[in-house]
Amino acid sequence: MTNYIKLIALGLITLFALIAANYARDLAYLVNALTVALVAGGLFLWVLKHTDEPGARGDLSGEYMDGVVRAGVVATALWGVVGFLAGTFIAFQLAFPELNFEWAQGYANFGRLRPLHTSAVIFAFAGNALIATSFYVVQRTCAARLWGGNLAWFVFWGYQLVIVLAATGYLLGATQSKEYAEPEWYVDWWLTIVWLAYLAVFVGTIVKRREPHIYVANWFYLAFIITIAMLHVVNNLSIPVSIWGSKSVQVFSGVQDAMVQWWYGHNAVGFLLTAGFLGMMYYFVPKQAERPVFSYKLSIIHFWALIFLYIWAGPHHLHYTALPDWASTLGMVFSVVLWMPSWGGMINGLMTLSGAWDKLRTDPIIRMMVISIGFYGMSTFEGPMMSIRAVNSLSHYTDWTIGHVHSGALGWNGMITFGALYFLVPKLWNRERLYSLSLVSWHFWLATIGIILYAAAMWVTGIMEGLMWREVDANGFLVNSFADTVAAKFPMYVVRGLGGVMYLSGALIMCYNLWMTVKRSPAARAASSTVPAE
Amino acid sequence: METYSLLRDFADSWMLLFLFSFFIGVVLWAFRPGSTKTYEYHASTPLRNEDRPAPEGARRPEEA
Repeated sequence: MTNYIKLIALGLITLFALIAANYARDLAYLVNALTVALVAGGLFLWVLKHTDEPGARGDLSGEYMDGVVRAGVVATALWGVVGFLAGTFIAFQLAFPELNFEWAQGYANFGRLRPLHTSAVIFAFAGNALIATSFYVVQRTCAARLWGGNLAWFVFWGYQLVIVLAATGYLLGATQSKEYAEPEWYVDWWLTIVWLAYLAVFVGTIVKRREPHIYVANWFYLAFIITIAMLHVVNNLSIPVSIWGSKSVQVFSGVQDAMVQWWYGHNAVGFLLTAGFLGMMYYFVPKQAERPVFSYKLSIIHFWALIFLYIWAGPHHLHYTALPDWASTLGMVFSVVLWMPSWGGMINGLMTLSGAWDKLRTDPIIRMMVISIGFYGMSTFEGPMMSIRAVNSLSHYTDWTIGHVHSGALGWNGMITFGALYFLVPKLWNRERLYSLSLVSWHFWLATIGIILYAAAMWVTGIMEGLMWREVDANGFLVNSFADTVAAKFPMYVVRGLGGVMYLSGALIMCYNLWMTVKRSPAARAASSTVPAE
Repeated sequence: METYSLLRDFADSWMLLFLFSFFIGVVLWAFRPGSTKTYEYHASTPLRNEDRPAPEGARRPEEA
């Protein structure tokens, strides 16, 4: 019966997408409509082919649902490489403008590729990492199978469709020009549906948990899912010009629009790249260290302090703008106070290793996790400092900001994700161990040195251009033209690009290592089924 | 009073007080008597149930 409903729905979507492609007012919309038609049509045929087969096999509540986590791990690794590659390429575009090829003008120049890079790393790489690990962690810490059957698969594939629609849209020029929220209205609507399904799967699993307590990692994941839903909907309130085109008009305007955008933007950092990844930290660090988290009380205070403070920090992106002073002061004060819970969380993660510090010498995965927490501590010190108005007057609009973002994203988010992937692959594919620990060490050092080159280059060039912009002579005239600062930045841009190459090579080594783990590593001994689960 | 001033007044008086006392409450709650022992069990949640879900009815009702 449900198959017939599915067939009707998929048939209607295919038909509508084809009509939309026919009436399409712009190229991006046309390509996106054809993509949707292709996906829905393909699914229609697939459902049709399998429609009379018997349904799910028996009672699965005695096993975890790991297929979707495996798919998520593969997607995370692949999108990671795509995102790092795009980032490295645009880094060299900035150093060598000839790489904005004449024949690709309007498609592959810096302006089109930059949102492709940011969305690929934030939403495709980090987003998939969060979805996959949250599905893994919520099952283990609730001791229950995922709720909702194949709904988890809908979340996974629906999210990949969001990424593909957004990425092709960017290259063809569909953007609403909101940083980190560039996708146009129909992609936003689809993401809302997928995200609510994600929330349902996650909450459903928590509700049917067989543990008395909701483990702290799930609190962080849940805060991430709910807050992103709220931010996404409010920041994307827009009215399409036509249902046959990608262009839409924002509901807010002027300074309100700017404030909503940075309330969204900063909390995308705060809840997707911080809260969600802290959920990862609170599960994978104790697992890899084989001991419980340092202080559970601190983790509770960490959670509430972080979510109560982060939501107010957005206005620090709008110092010296039309935003009222009280609002930017509020943002600045909360950003500085936020330093405390951030370091509380860092201490909690690091001290989990107390009594097991020797593992740092022998276990490169623990080393990866520890350096990620180290970078978390560094960038959550740098961030509050940069949010202070006087510092911001020097740092804003310079490369210092980009360096700060990357020490957080490459250092904290990237490294903890790599650690989680190295932990997960042997478990998920039932392998005794990783293919090669020395390759993990190679990855570790390449990535670490890459980040250091990147961050150091951006500190130098950022502070330099900030000072050059504000330099005035005795008569009050500006000393430097903008082109002077661009020319002065060239060496640092090359170093930054090399840092990117090293980070990307590390990720490629990881993909090879994980692939060989699945192919070559000996299978783990079958888990003995006689031991009761407690 | 227009909406902006009304909300602004509410935000920096009662709502501020509510959020602040909620947070203080959470801190006090975390340090309640007996919490150390309860949290020892909760903190080791990741170290259990790695391979398969707990059997039916495993949730212990006496702990919250």
